[in-house]
Amino acid sequence: MNFLNNFQRILRQNIREYGMYIALFVIMAIFTYTTDGIFISPRNISNLLNQTGYIAVLAVGMTLVIVIRHIDLSVGFLAGFLGAVTAIALVQWGLPVYIVIPMVLVLGAIAGLGTAFLVAQLGIPAFVASLAGMLVYRGVLLLSTMGTGTIIIPNEAFNAIGNGYIPDFPDIGILPGKHKLTLLLGLIAIILFVLSEINDRRKKQAYNFEVLPMDIFALKLVFVSLLVGGITWVLSGYNGISWTVVIMLVIVAIYHFITTQTVLGRHIYAIGGNPEAAELSGINVKKLTYVVFGSMGMLAALSGILFTSRLQSATTTAGTLFELDAIAAAYIGGVSAAGGVGKVLGSIIGALVMTSLTSGMNLMGIDSSLQYIVRGAVLVAAVVFDVTTRSRGK
Amino acid sequence: MNTPILEMKNIVKEFPGVKALNNVSFQVAEGEIHCLVGENGAGKSTLMKVLSGVYPHGSYSGEILFAGQEQTFSGIHDSEIAGIAIIYQELALVPEMTVYENIFLGHELRNGPLVDWNETIKQAGEMLRKVKLNVNPAAKVKELGVGKQQLVEIAKALSKNVKLLILDEPTAALNEDDSENLLNLLRELRDNGVTCILISHKLKEVLAIADSITVLRDGQTICTLDAKGGKVSEQVLIKHMVGREIDNIYPARKNTRADQTVLEVKNWSAYDPKLGRYVLKDVSFNIKKGEIVGFAGLMGSGRTELALSIFGNSVGYQLSGEFYINGQKQDFGHPQNAIQAKMAYVTEDRKAKGLILIQDIKQNITLANLREIANNGVVDGNAEVKIANEYKSSLNIKTPSVEQKVGNLSGGNQQKVSLAKWLFAKPDILILDEPTRGIDVGAKFEIYTIMTRLVEQGMSIIMISSELPEVLGMSDRIYIVSSGKITGELPIEEATQEKIMHLATN
Repeated sequence: MNFLNNFQRILRQNIREYGMYIALFVIMAIFTYTTDGIFISPRNISNLLNQTGYIAVLAVGMTLVIVIRHIDLSVGFLAGFLGAVTAIALVQWGLPVYIVIPMVLVLGAIAGLGTAFLVAQLGIPAFVASLAGMLVYRGVLLLSTMGTGTIIIPNEAFNAIGNGYIPDFPDIGILPGKHKLTLLLGLIAIILFVLSEINDRRKKQAYNFEVLPMDIFALKLVFVSLLVGGITWVLSGYNGISWTVVIMLVIVAIYHFITTQTVLGRHIYAIGGNPEAAELSGINVKKLTYVVFGSMGMLAALSGILFTSRLQSATTTAGTLFELDAIAAAYIGGVSAAGGVGKVLGSIIGALVMTSLTSGMNLMGIDSSLQYIVRGAVLVAAVVFDVTTRSRGK
Repeated sequence: MNTPILEMKNIVKEFPGVKALNNVSFQVAEGEIHCLVGENGAGKSTLMKVLSGVYPHGSYSGEILFAGQEQTFSGIHDSEIAGIAIIYQELALVPEMTVYENIFLGHELRNGPLVDWNETIKQAGEMLRKVKLNVNPAAKVKELGVGKQQLVEIAKALSKNVKLLILDEPTAALNEDDSENLLNLLRELRDNGVTCILISHKLKEVLAIADSITVLRDGQTICTLDAKGGKVSEQVLIKHMVGREIDNIYPARKNTRADQTVLEVKNWSAYDPKLGRYVLKDVSFNIKKGEIVGFAGLMGSGRTELALSIFGNSVGYQLSGEFYINGQKQDFGHPQNAIQAKMAYVTEDRKAKGLILIQDIKQNITLANLREIANNGVVDGNAEVKIANEYKSSLNIKTPSVEQKVGNLSGGNQQKVSLAKWLFAKPDILILDEPTRGIDVGAKFEIYTIMTRLVEQGMSIIMISSELPEVLGMSDRIYIVSSGKITGELPIEEATQEKIMHLATN
């Protein structure tokens, strides 16, 4: 009985945090039911994750931008434009992939710093500054693809980023039909997770801090391990982990670490919580505004690369509405428009919710007009949930 | 005693985990000024929120009789119709709107479906005359000082035909002149039949104006005193408030001053490009090691501007003049530089400029010196909790856990968190701007004790304060600031309230 009580208490205390995981789970369960299991098939899950990639990296950057009380509307067409630059550099200039990618990432960061200059230096509201950026980038995207129209990219190495999967061990007879490296990576991830959780718990106990009760702690370990194990098992049944997922995981890991563990991250959240207090506490608000918008621009470039690679071409309309999908993902993931609140992991879940809705409704053959309405309703529902659980407090 | 205009009987109001009001009964006679006093968290504001309908009928238990009738307000609107108006500490005016728009905001004078602006302006003028405020009704509220804004609030209340006016800490942000004005106005309103409930921490003011005083402590009514003709003394009042005698609210000071000058400012001027005028003109002063230097002056005299301009100038003044720390000339471009030079600034406005209310206690405490508990930019979360707990016990911050959000704490505890944050930055020079504003007597004493301990450890403290007793009780030396200039310097032995007031109004 004690276990159940603990479980209920901890669930209630953290309902805000767990809410969106539960929502994602429910959405997936519903689609699995309505599509007779096609939704949860390895092929669909793999596709779904790959489709999430280019929105997810934007949502990560957007989380930080919204946390410091700004917004960036320019990133959609910036991604589209930089995708076109990538294609032109690869196809028309014949540059190798390993030069083009860093170059485009740097260009993205510079573009982000440009927005930051308008916002931090000149004091223009981010909404206006990035709206202007959106128009400009859309213009240069059209300009750069005017002569050629869609630019097809015949470069296999580049196209693997959006379409390829990590290699596997040669087949040696065990686990036939499964992607063994994927399973191995999944196993390693589970082991690392369990070890770091145990280590963290020990440290906390050494300081005499409160830790989760043992049974709940064990339940958490088992649950997360099953989740990671389940996803890798499903993926290993298709082609294994794609490069897109690898990139997404790396980005999430880096940003999750920065936001939760570092001085930089804490300063960013302090600015969001109270910019004046942050400034008086010796935090250089201007400088960090540059850092956040710069990182946003770089992630927009990455998003452009992922999208271009996935389509194996640069198109004139690439990037349309990406920014709004990213913003929606962030809000669904619990980022607060008032600033100072929001998690990178939440935004990723938000992005997954959005793509799951699209994917599931496509499988069900629902018309796109209805799809928009449903996505809008889910966005409102998520924010309503967030606001009501917040005002109720602890 | 006249018939009571207001009777609140057996009010109980609970929040999750706390009984904010425990069987409070409260009576106000018609046509009196009734002061409500008590430490922070005693339940004064909660009681007034129950009365004005912020907490609607049904969310509390007990009875409210107003003007002889039982009232069941379900919102502020209902209580306003009944004739109750409440003016909060944080003013509720719209800065970008004109005075007359603000006065009739929410109950606009109509001519059919349209707003009757001519009538509005005319009546607003009458209201302003009633509160003796001589401003153009078409001026924007943001152009007025705090004192005048306060009067606009009262004019707004009067325009609603108020019978009972409630003021929550109206003079907290006012200088002595404006406070005196306001109190006189309240007396006049009383003589014209408006009953007033006044919540205040300033006991002198309470004693000067109150007809009756009710003391609340820990959510209970302690007593109601008849205060006409000076029958109540400050000691008695404090005793009821805290439940114990405090003979001297200032701790004993040892002479800890050394000869070494730690801070020297010469010919310091600051031009505010936003206001288009000088906020500081040719200011010179010095601070010695182990000294508490009081900066007295009226609100708006330039004391806070002075502090901000030397603490990294985050407001963007154009500065001229020189200043030295331990004999070395300094030129700070950002508060960061000031912190590195071992300065700290505890702001007067802890909510807006000091604390991050949505973050927890530990995050606030470590914010200004996060690198101290970080390795290669990675914060050691466990060390952070440990440090926060150390400050929690050494400053006696009353909270179940350092993971509590700062926004949930009382004013006194918030101030302690603010102080803890700057102590963790390990300063040599600590600037305290109104260190005890809006906090209760017990917490004040604790803050004074901490200050005493800090100068004994060799810290130098600049204390900016509008409360003269505090300046006189704590300082070793006093500078008086008026209109952006230093108009006098007094050693503590020579300083009196009259002298300071004289220099401050120079």
